[in-house]
Amino acid sequence: MTSVFRRLYFFLIALFLALPLIVVAGVSVNQKQTLAFPPEGFSASWYGEIFSNAEWRNALAASVTLALLSAMLAVAIALPLAWFLWRRVAPWANIFQLLGVAPFTLPPVITALGMLTFWATAGFYGQPWTAVVSHAIFFVTLPLVTLSLGFTSIDRSLVEAAATMGADESAIFRTVVLPLILPYIVSGYAFAFVLSLNEYIVAYMTVGFTMETLPIKIFNALRYGYTPTMASVTVLFVATAAVIFGLVARFGDLPKLLGAMASDEK
Amino acid sequence: MSGLVLQKVVKEFGVFRAVNDVNLDVPHGTFVCMLGPSGCGKTTLLRMIAGLDLPTSGAIRLDGEDITRVPTHKRNLGMVFQSLALFPHLTVGENIAYPLRIRKAPKEEQKKRVDELLSMIHLAGYADRPVSKLSGGQRQRVAIARALAISPKLFLLDEPLSALDAKLREAMQVELRQLQQKLGITTIVVTHDQREAMTMADTVVVMNGGEIRQAASPIEIYRRPADSFVADFIGQTNLIEAEADSQGRATVFGQPVAGLPLPPGAARATISIRPEDVHLTAPGAGALNGKVTFVRDLGGTIETFVDVAGRQIVAVSTPRARPEVAVGQPVGVALTPDVCVVLGK
Amino acid sequence: MRREPPQNIGDYAPLLFPAAMLTVFFVVPFGTMIAVSFFQRQQGGFYMPAFVFDNYGRFLSAFFGGVLGFSLMLAIAVAICCVVLALPFTYLLTRTARSVQVIWLVALLSVLSLSEVIIGFAWSTLFSRTAGITNVLVALGFMGEAKALTPSFGAVLTGMVYQALPYTVLVLFPALVRLDPTLTEAARTLGASPIKAFFTVVVPALRNTITATLIMVFIFALGSYLLPQLLGRPQHWTLSVLITDQAIYQSNMPFAAAMAVFLVLVTLGLVALTVIAGRRGEAA
Repeated sequence: MTSVFRRLYFFLIALFLALPLIVVAGVSVNQKQTLAFPPEGFSASWYGEIFSNAEWRNALAASVTLALLSAMLAVAIALPLAWFLWRRVAPWANIFQLLGVAPFTLPPVITALGMLTFWATAGFYGQPWTAVVSHAIFFVTLPLVTLSLGFTSIDRSLVEAAATMGADESAIFRTVVLPLILPYIVSGYAFAFVLSLNEYIVAYMTVGFTMETLPIKIFNALRYGYTPTMASVTVLFVATAAVIFGLVARFGDLPKLLGAMASDEK
Repeated sequence: MSGLVLQKVVKEFGVFRAVNDVNLDVPHGTFVCMLGPSGCGKTTLLRMIAGLDLPTSGAIRLDGEDITRVPTHKRNLGMVFQSLALFPHLTVGENIAYPLRIRKAPKEEQKKRVDELLSMIHLAGYADRPVSKLSGGQRQRVAIARALAISPKLFLLDEPLSALDAKLREAMQVELRQLQQKLGITTIVVTHDQREAMTMADTVVVMNGGEIRQAASPIEIYRRPADSFVADFIGQTNLIEAEADSQGRATVFGQPVAGLPLPPGAARATISIRPEDVHLTAPGAGALNGKVTFVRDLGGTIETFVDVAGRQIVAVSTPRARPEVAVGQPVGVALTPDVCVVLGK
Repeated sequence: MRREPPQNIGDYAPLLFPAAMLTVFFVVPFGTMIAVSFFQRQQGGFYMPAFVFDNYGRFLSAFFGGVLGFSLMLAIAVAICCVVLALPFTYLLTRTARSVQVIWLVALLSVLSLSEVIIGFAWSTLFSRTAGITNVLVALGFMGEAKALTPSFGAVLTGMVYQALPYTVLVLFPALVRLDPTLTEAARTLGASPIKAFFTVVVPALRNTITATLIMVFIFALGSYLLPQLLGRPQHWTLSVLITDQAIYQSNMPFAAAMAVFLVLVTLGLVALTVIAGRRGEAA
């Protein structure tokens, strides 16, 4: 009885989550430039459009560049901070932990508007690099959380053991801490990368008038009517996210990364 | 002098004094077991010897050199942790080679030493295995080999065998002792298992409440415990109050015991009698009289619980040596002065 | 390794870069926004430094009160829908095989990472007349002819629940994994059916978790800035939409900033209230 109920419930949730994506996937293979479902005819040309149309291609390049760089910067901010908080007793340093988590916890409009007023006041409004910094700050929470989890999973006696065997602080970091924390760095980077790729409001408020990322491009296209490329880009996004998170799950412990420490015992 | 010397070592965590004024001389090549209940300060003491904690005051010397403030990584130690602390991202061979790699020893030398150590711990050919694929006893031996890789001046072990099951633990105790004797290395083991301490140590250091209660050879600790804590903690014992009567003779429960020496001038003292030294006699034939309350037959030995004037005395004997007694039966208890240890206060 | 306080100034070095970045690019922008909220707006989208409360004064209108009330109501509705849907789901999920869990987690993360733009586009497609769900119902014979389901309040609510549901599951997941399975087993041996055990043992044991999750989803929903715009009518606009609108299209930065500050205060205030209420509930 329970198992039937569970299957039904899982199916309904899965349907709810998948339905819009199924429709979008169907729409993306329409032969003509109309919004129709079930699709009329079949064509993969709208996927080619992402790469052949200069506007979409530039938006894709801008999004990927932004995501690659901002995720890197986010990890560069989070790693020393998480390491310091793990290594040292400095209660007041927790304020930076709080600051690192705040941008992601508050409504995104707040961070976006803060960035907008800041860059405008500082005179850098519209510069592409401001979007990199803004995204790095906005998403620093993700590597910070995965890295903090990762550090707590390192047995401190490993560090002590390395010290008794002659390793100084930097040798310990290089030979023990870094290899053990590496999977968490990778997953923190992956989380930040995927979310940056999808982010709209912060990018829009910082560089929206000078540069188009894919979400901005989709939104602009949405306001001026419909083109099936929107649908094919959407499918591309979902697939990218699924592949990246799938890889994280394949090479890391996803339940643990999401805070389920007890999963070790199963 | 050569060896390890602790001088007036004190460690405080906030207001809590974990180690209180500890003095200890460990001559070169000695095997020392630090024994005590949990929270007695033995692990903290070991961590200070390793440099993982700094003493609040006092000094630690090794071969005449003051190492109190020398950082851990410059002390040339080998240490085995309670959790073993094997590096999960390295293979067996890489784990053992770690101290050599950190000291930038040439690759061939590292390999040679690893092979040497692996055959010493009977794991030749295991160099390329991940540590996660080893059994408990094998991990244990890898941790020991890793700690010995540089032939350290000091070999420290924190509850090293606590994760093993009873049989394996006993076998490892013997192995560890033989290894230490072969290498002649100064070794300090922290344990709460007194059998382990008795098996391995040249010197047993019994600690309680952050202080050393007695430091002596295992047999002396057992035969001549310094105080009632040591007597009670090491093995089983009967602690009995003795008093001097009006003529100055020692009495136990009001019955005089001939030949029992009380400390000069003392009106009362605690005496310790090991259960195997308590002999049961016919009623009236021993120094004390009592009644059997419980008999525990363990096969190899039999424990007889005797109630004497409201206090319980336990006698242990082999089945052959024991007179037939049953619960409720009156018996005599013989106390020969040479087996009674009068404890200091 | 014992964690120790930094021994000398060099030990603080790792903190330098993160602290500087977070201070310069988060604390300062936040402060700038607060400052701008007191500035005077000028014609043509510019503003000049001043210290006026005009921007806050504009809150005292029936229109603004209506938007605020609707925003809070919508966020509460989304939070309740999500928790009601997600709690049994997450509970069942934590009791499935690990490989099944991982597949679901990957799917949930993928949906969670989707841009609001994409979610809005997908649901507006699904609710559209030409390519929407109603076509399927027509094909199955349940409906006479296809029609558009958007813009409507139902569409906004559905879109926002879709957006927040994966988040809710992932917030609940760690707490439910840690829940002692023997609790329900004990209830079962005492004669409770699985569903009864869930409501009499799991739900009460998780009361604090559920409260915390409601707050977190509520805040998450308050942040939704596009879905009400894409799937609803102007009367369905929330505070977040209004802030975006004022900042970008009306070029009224001081007013947008004032609303943003107000939104932060409302958020923090509600969190504080709920925490206090939760403490009182525990004490009672």
